[in-house]
Amino acid sequence: MSSIDMAGGPPERNPIARLWYDKETRSIIMQILTIVLLLTFFGVIINNAVENLRLLGKTFSFSFLWTEASYDINQHLIEYTSTSTHLRAATVGILNTLLVAVCGIILATILGFIMGVMRLSPNWLINKLVYCVIEFVRNVPVLLHILLVHGLVVHALPQPRGLPDWANFGDLAFLTNRGLFMPSPIFEGGSSAILIAFIAAVGFSWWFKRHAKKIQDDTGRVLPVFWVSVGAIIGLPLVAYLVTGMPIGWEVPQQSTFNLRGGMVIRPEFMALWLALSVYTACFIAEIVRAGILAVSKGQWEASQALGASRGLTLKNVVIPQALRVIVPPLTSQYLNITKNSSLAIAIGYMDVVATIGGISLMQTGKEMETMIIVLMFYLIVSLLISAVMNWFNQRIKLVER
Amino acid sequence: MKKLLLGASAAIAMFAVTGAQAGTLDDVKAKGEVACVVSTGVAGFAYTDADGNWKGFDADFCRATAAAVLGDPNKVKFVTSTGKTRFTILNSGEGDVLWRNTTWTYVRDVDVKLAFQGVNYYDGQGFMVPKKLGVSSAKELDGASVCIQTGTTTELNLADYFRSNGIKYEPVPIETNDEARTNYLAGRCDVYTTDASGLAATRSTFEAPGDHVLLPEIISKEPLGPATRHGDDNWSDVVRWVLNATVTAEELGVTQANVDDMVKNPGKNSEINRLLGTEGELGAMLGLNKDWAHQVIKAVGNYGEIFERNIGPKTPIGLERGLNALWSQGGLIYSPPFR
Repeated sequence: MSSIDMAGGPPERNPIARLWYDKETRSIIMQILTIVLLLTFFGVIINNAVENLRLLGKTFSFSFLWTEASYDINQHLIEYTSTSTHLRAATVGILNTLLVAVCGIILATILGFIMGVMRLSPNWLINKLVYCVIEFVRNVPVLLHILLVHGLVVHALPQPRGLPDWANFGDLAFLTNRGLFMPSPIFEGGSSAILIAFIAAVGFSWWFKRHAKKIQDDTGRVLPVFWVSVGAIIGLPLVAYLVTGMPIGWEVPQQSTFNLRGGMVIRPEFMALWLALSVYTACFIAEIVRAGILAVSKGQWEASQALGASRGLTLKNVVIPQALRVIVPPLTSQYLNITKNSSLAIAIGYMDVVATIGGISLMQTGKEMETMIIVLMFYLIVSLLISAVMNWFNQRIKLVER
Repeated sequence: MKKLLLGASAAIAMFAVTGAQAGTLDDVKAKGEVACVVSTGVAGFAYTDADGNWKGFDADFCRATAAAVLGDPNKVKFVTSTGKTRFTILNSGEGDVLWRNTTWTYVRDVDVKLAFQGVNYYDGQGFMVPKKLGVSSAKELDGASVCIQTGTTTELNLADYFRSNGIKYEPVPIETNDEARTNYLAGRCDVYTTDASGLAATRSTFEAPGDHVLLPEIISKEPLGPATRHGDDNWSDVVRWVLNATVTAEELGVTQANVDDMVKNPGKNSEINRLLGTEGELGAMLGLNKDWAHQVIKAVGNYGEIFERNIGPKTPIGLERGLNALWSQGGLIYSPPFR
């Protein structure tokens, strides 16, 4: 122990020890050491993978993506047959994942906000009822929710043959254990006018909202923004539809030997995944919303009520805008959770990105490394995108200090 | 700095793992057990009984492998796998050998880098439908929902067959045989398709097997056999000749009942003597004990006995030998000579 000199004089150290005891050099040494260890770690992993692939006689290449996939996928948002490529199959899977993630985020947000506000209701029954639901749902693993909903749909709903009347909605829509069958629109010539009308209506609503705000700021007169917007968004396309001579036809599902044919179908697998993920995540969002609202100081409520605003108006215009600052950051991680949890689709056979490229394609081609890299990169990119969007939103709503 | 580099290179040297080992036979002997990849449960082929013991046609071949290498049929570690995970489990070294209703195909052999060691069951893909649908041919299945185990050759055959016949269908992808059974019985799909042997096995577990029919069409060739990792010839030889030993034993009339006697009092048939190790050094050539084939037959019997016990006409599965009879009896089961 040359570092402690009992004789009392300045401690004598050899040059190497002196390097170590110098704060600056030590930090440099530690950093170099960390980097070397890190590089070594990754080097070993990559080297190990390369070596193992070589021993198995496998090559590393993505060219299989352009070969025929030769399997069918039941739910495809874009044209897909068994003669399409693995790349196409991956795209179909990616779109299916995005579909369930986006639908899940929307439903979870709506449910979560409603439940969060109900949790704060002065009505004892509503309050406790929502409390019980939240505590039950979020303390059961989401996989069980998915299996439960899927099981309910497949076992409890009637089969398409001999469908009972309660599951037949006016011969237009049918609820069966193979999904909810609905009429699908067929767009004929001239239907683009309806789309244009719709876009115009949305644009008008946006302008009208700004205009109404300006009038309110200037004169204090409140315009019925909500009803005018709804009227425009429904009315304008409807007018266009009638003017162009009703160019949208409907294909109604028909009974056939085995199944209902034609129309659109929401499959049990999508239903189960979507509902289970949404409800599960909504319970977490509810707690986040509740925490966010409680974080707004009581004085804000009292000040608003002193001005004569109702409870609803106070919540909408005073409390929620302030609560959002607390809500948005944890909300982001819930959105990420929904997206990543959607990979549990595999348990019920929903054909998401893990089931297509990371499942069947992997099996048929034996390209474990390549397919897994694609799946990992996909989740990484989507997660980073969601984070980026939510961070941007967070920046926008943050308290502007004057 | 020099010291640093030295340390780093030492770390590299320490971590430099060789990865996938080439000598599975030595590994198995060192571990004292065979990690055998089987399915998650198919009646008659690989399933657990009420006491949790693995039973079935494939499970018996796992035991035969352990008996040959380690002299004890119980030194098997059963590793379950779905249609999708099986090759990864084998190739990553988690399993030593795959006895799991796996179809020998070109791509799997050449590109997925498996080494198939023969065929222990000649199968083909069939369809099962409820009788009440009144379907008598696969060609009448237009518009049906079809339950299919995902990641299997049957999935590809199905797509090919229906496309070439211009039949539209809804594939309902399923992970395991049990899930397929549940979904089929709940009416999520009209049809269940997999290897005909698997259909017979699944139907045998239904409450009312008579309410379901197998359609006459067999749409593919499914030679099922054991697989090992590519490039491990020594271990591959062991697996291949375990299978061949059971076949040769049936051909020569060696059974579980008479094998001990044949070893104690060797007869005049040299091939039986070579097989059972009372003559020649065949075991040593394989890196095994002299009596390896004796242990195999003693543990599980010959090919015919394994078949009859697990999936034959007297079992609930009730499969006929058909293509899986010995070549001398009009089937395809054939073994190269023990010489």
